[in-house]
Amino acid sequence: MAEGRDRRIIEGVRAYGLIAGMWVRSTMAYRASFAMTTFGNFAATFLDFVAIMLMFSRVDALGGYPLPEVAFLYGLSATSFGLADLLIGSMERLGRRVRDGTLDTLLVRPAPVLAQLAADRFALRRLGRVTQGALVLGWSLTRVDIDWTVDRLLLMPVMVAGGCGIFCAVFVAGAAFQFLAQDASEVQNAFTYGGTTLLQYPPTVFAKELVRGVTFVLPLAFVNWLPATYVLGRPYPLDLPRWTAFASPLVAVACCALAGLAWRAGLRSYRSTGS
Amino acid sequence: MGDFITLENVEKVFQVRRRTGLWRRERREVRAVDSLSFTVARGEMVGYIGPNGAGKSTTVKMLTGILTPSAGRLRVAGIDPARERTRLAHRIGVVFGQRTTLWWDLPLIDSYRLAHRMYRIPDARYRQNLDRLVELLDLGALLDVPVRQLSLGQRMRGDIAAALLHDPDVLYLDEPTIGLDVVSKARVREFLREVNAERGTTVLLTTHDLQDIEQLCSRVMVIDHGRLVYDGPLAGLHEAGESERTLVVDLERELPPVEVPSARVVRVEGPRQWLAFPAGQSAAPLVAHLAARYPLVDLSVREPDIEAVIARMYAERTAP
Repeated sequence: MAEGRDRRIIEGVRAYGLIAGMWVRSTMAYRASFAMTTFGNFAATFLDFVAIMLMFSRVDALGGYPLPEVAFLYGLSATSFGLADLLIGSMERLGRRVRDGTLDTLLVRPAPVLAQLAADRFALRRLGRVTQGALVLGWSLTRVDIDWTVDRLLLMPVMVAGGCGIFCAVFVAGAAFQFLAQDASEVQNAFTYGGTTLLQYPPTVFAKELVRGVTFVLPLAFVNWLPATYVLGRPYPLDLPRWTAFASPLVAVACCALAGLAWRAGLRSYRSTGS
Repeated sequence: MGDFITLENVEKVFQVRRRTGLWRRERREVRAVDSLSFTVARGEMVGYIGPNGAGKSTTVKMLTGILTPSAGRLRVAGIDPARERTRLAHRIGVVFGQRTTLWWDLPLIDSYRLAHRMYRIPDARYRQNLDRLVELLDLGALLDVPVRQLSLGQRMRGDIAAALLHDPDVLYLDEPTIGLDVVSKARVREFLREVNAERGTTVLLTTHDLQDIEQLCSRVMVIDHGRLVYDGPLAGLHEAGESERTLVVDLERELPPVEVPSARVVRVEGPRQWLAFPAGQSAAPLVAHLAARYPLVDLSVREPDIEAVIARMYAERTAP
């Protein structure tokens, strides 16, 4: 049983690599167009950050966080989300595929549907968003005053990887939901794009109920809020034990497992009801 | 080799929910396939026909592992499609007439290259198959064209090639000639005959076009309301349905209904007359008889369409 699962994962990763590779090769056939769309992607997301900078021309701090610290949160959230979007952002097209019946064509190929769907239209231009997030993060690191200890240093890559995992789980769960409600890609966007926007602001500007929801129900807070407040040496609005700052990878694994179950249930319901 | 595709009392029931009021919802069961049993031997070419909504596509979807049967036993090459979908995928080729399995925005050749790797086709075998398919289906000039720019006929040929690259044992074709012009239809049919003869590929063909069946299949299965209502040679289907062909004759001038043995005039309109005769019978003696006695200008033979044959057959079954 476990062996079968491992083989499925290997097959899935292989199929993903094959399909994504094909899309990258085809994009690279038009280098100029690729450079332009990547830059466009970068510029569009950069405007996001410009909006925050403009806000700071009027105020000195948001929820007690000065600009470099907000940039720190922004950079972490944007990088994690950008990576997840690059990897499996195409999942949101599932609803359309169910509606027009083209999901069937994926089901007759010898590869897991999830991998085929995630790799379809793999767009390297989404690197623009990742680059932008990473640049903002890099800039913030030169400005914030962090008391760098070993655990804080280690937490940085762990946080980005965990955050990416959590967003991936949201993408997969959202796609699974689209098996039931085929035009729900907007609902999914509310959690993915909406989630990353939320995380770009300090938790202190939001109501406690919202922070609780984002911590315990849909655990987006583990993408950056919890670990980042620890790195910055600031208190988290909720009274949580210190180790929760390091829990992102565990939360990500748990979320991915749940999303995987939801996906299987969704696909099973599709295969027993048809389109 | 024995039976290659086996269905035993296969059923597929869909739950259809319908809103009947603001809060009320009605649940209704739709039996798309009802205790269906048949077998297909290796190398057979079988036509699977029936009116719209009869359960043809549902059957094909169960045979490919897209849908899970509600009840019954189903095996293709010894594999349970719903449980081992990806293992089965290596053994089957599928062509959906209405939707492509090719990668829409990429050049045709990319879909083939991807299949090469995804199906783990040995390099030499891939080369050989691709060359042969490109030649037979005349795809040479199309390989670098993005799939979305291909015409329907070109795309269909591209799809058929994609379905055969990995040497499948079974080929499912769902309406492979729908929307094609006469030349493309003829080319596709000729190609399918060759594949079946050369490689012994088992072919299951669903279609609306009776000529597809006539030219390709020695055996026909008719499904209606989810049940198999006929299984046998095509000629027998005509007999079972007592179908008739129509001979349309244009005479030099208006005449009273012509008189010929074994045919009857069903309609007269000016100098044009319609004669119905049994589908199993040759039109040649009829034409000879007419030509000898009447001033003929032109004539044509119309085949009965599947809907008519099945409707007649069905009416007969339900009649006391």
